[in-house]
Amino acid sequence: MTTLASEGATALPDAATGIAHPAIAIHNVTKRFGDSIAVDDIDLQLAQGEFFALLGPSGCGKTTTLRMVGGFELPSLGNIYLDGRDVTMLPPYKRDVNTVFQSYALFPHLTVFDNVAFGLKRRKVPTGEIREKVERHLEMVGLAGYGKRRPLQLSGGQQQRVALARALVNEPKVLLLDEPMGALDAKIRKSMQLELKRIQREVGITFLYVTHDQNEAMSMADRLAVMNFGRTEDIGTPDRVYDRPATRFVAEFLGTCNVIAPETNGGVLRLPNGTGLEVDGVDGRLPEGASIGIRPEKLVVTRADVAGPVATTNAVRGTVVTATYLGASTEYDVRAPWGGILKAFAQNLADSSRARPGEDVVLTWDAAHAFVLAPSPEPTPLSAEKAEEQAAGVGGTSAQASGAGS
Amino acid sequence: MTTMTVGTPVDKKRLGQTPLERQEGRFRRSLKRHSTPYLLGLVGIVWLLLLFVIPLISGLAVSLMTGNPEQGYTLTWNWSVYYDVFFNSGVSYGLFLWRALWYAAAATLVTIIIGFPMAYFIAFRVSQRWKNALLLLVALSFFVSFVIRTDMWAFVLSDQGPVLTVLRDLHLAGKDFHILGTSAAVIGGMAYNDLAFMVLPLYVALERIDPRLIEASADLYGNKTRTFTRVVLPLTRSGLFAGILLVFIDSAGDPVNASLLGGTHTYVIGQAIQDAYLTNQQYNVAAALSTVLMIVLGIILFVYARIAGTDNIEDLV
Repeated sequence: MTTLASEGATALPDAATGIAHPAIAIHNVTKRFGDSIAVDDIDLQLAQGEFFALLGPSGCGKTTTLRMVGGFELPSLGNIYLDGRDVTMLPPYKRDVNTVFQSYALFPHLTVFDNVAFGLKRRKVPTGEIREKVERHLEMVGLAGYGKRRPLQLSGGQQQRVALARALVNEPKVLLLDEPMGALDAKIRKSMQLELKRIQREVGITFLYVTHDQNEAMSMADRLAVMNFGRTEDIGTPDRVYDRPATRFVAEFLGTCNVIAPETNGGVLRLPNGTGLEVDGVDGRLPEGASIGIRPEKLVVTRADVAGPVATTNAVRGTVVTATYLGASTEYDVRAPWGGILKAFAQNLADSSRARPGEDVVLTWDAAHAFVLAPSPEPTPLSAEKAEEQAAGVGGTSAQASGAGS
Repeated sequence: MTTMTVGTPVDKKRLGQTPLERQEGRFRRSLKRHSTPYLLGLVGIVWLLLLFVIPLISGLAVSLMTGNPEQGYTLTWNWSVYYDVFFNSGVSYGLFLWRALWYAAAATLVTIIIGFPMAYFIAFRVSQRWKNALLLLVALSFFVSFVIRTDMWAFVLSDQGPVLTVLRDLHLAGKDFHILGTSAAVIGGMAYNDLAFMVLPLYVALERIDPRLIEASADLYGNKTRTFTRVVLPLTRSGLFAGILLVFIDSAGDPVNASLLGGTHTYVIGQAIQDAYLTNQQYNVAAALSTVLMIVLGIILFVYARIAGTDNIEDLV
């Protein structure tokens, strides 16, 4: 076990976290479906008790990864370790892992109680203990007294809670959640997020949560991995991945991002119009194909008529193209001197400071808020093809697409 | 209740309609709303009345007649026929009835044992492209006349037929070994003829099962056996119920399999009814026997439906 853990630690791209005894270790795992590659050489380690989110667009391989951990798909290459034990070839019913399925998959012929008790009965837990555990878990998810009902008599949110209780009651080493909130409406989703996080803290079980919703991932996860074309492009805490994304894809998937291709002549970074550009941790040289990213809310918008002289670094004077008033904030599209559009989100502190379309503004930012974006790795031709196919099919057959390989 | 949904007069007045318009509109709408289901059901009701209820009553009436083929039969309300056929007729109709029920039950069991794996295979293991072809294959035996295909079986299984010839040549069967004329041949024929009645409803039930439920069972420590007994089987209950109903009823009253594939020791109630009616022209006996068969089947199905057909079978287990 110790050898395994240390071996895993060296292979971990996010080695800084130094996980000693990972709850799950996914080791160089690749999954092919026929000619297409759904998961492309993934390395992941989840710490004990961690809430980990796998985030990515439909068809990126996140559900396939989860299904391999659950035992529903066999990896084409690589190994999966659960608490240090190699479970790669084990069938689902021999793994100490439980799943909350996307469509809940509650047994329609069983009552809520029997649904939750299903796993315990299969493991021959004594009847009295089953009763006690099932009732405790139904209470935990807020469904005390619902034991005698059938799943079809419950609302979507309630069914989801039953699915959660049914998985948690077995006290698995890891809980897998496959877009569990996909079918809920926005309001219930918000409150379920808070509750799920509370439950996770309460039971202390490691959660592997698959979602395509970046808000969901960021609000709940301790760490997250952003996947694209079957690969993990970035792994880290939500604030780190948001503030210092590794690639352009990650930056844009987690929120709006201004991407600027700087000029690097003379060992100094410059904006396309020649203004100096300072980025923390960059000494004037950028990797090939890299660009600079700045989040719109990090840009300070000042009307040109009150701004005074424009600074020589990290400042741009431009014209407002559109100003969208959102109550708490205003979103600006500003045309930069080099022709590109910069997005800026400004808090509505005082009416007098707001700019209207056609007016000139000065955008300034802190060197600490800009970051270097490595180019996204080129997708393997095969997996790119598959992703395109899926993206094309999303409109009509979304269920199928997400079921097969998202 | 109905007036509430149709709209109260007060509502109409507010819309500025005269009482006459209001009444007519209401009448028309309520006629439309309430008569449509009855109109649609009318065809079926007439059908059942003409072809089921009237023959049923006339059959009952015939059973209460007395007389003989030469002088004809008259209705004398002879209820004692129901006692006499079983205890004073000298023919063991009771045995034939019992035999028919047990053959039908055995044939039903055989169709389940053969049909369930077939339906399961088609529903879960066959690609979408081949499903329809295989289902057609299952139903293909219906394309041949029931009597012809049973008679073909009689040829195949006869003492000079291909099966026994090959078995004898391989010394797997002795000279005295017969298939035709045995109970097994009759049960086999019934099961063969009705297999599709079992496979098709089972297929429909299996096809409806969400594959994720099977994954969920595996996820919750259910191995293959447990997953089958705890998830798949309970979810196919409706299909199994329909299949059992169709095969059992069809086999219990059937005279063809027993007369073509059976012998003197496999005589069943269906043959007895046929012979009483056609050969002996004892119309009252034939009618009484078929009434008894119908009532017995009715009772069996009622009890079966009460036990197996309720939604709460899990509570009984």
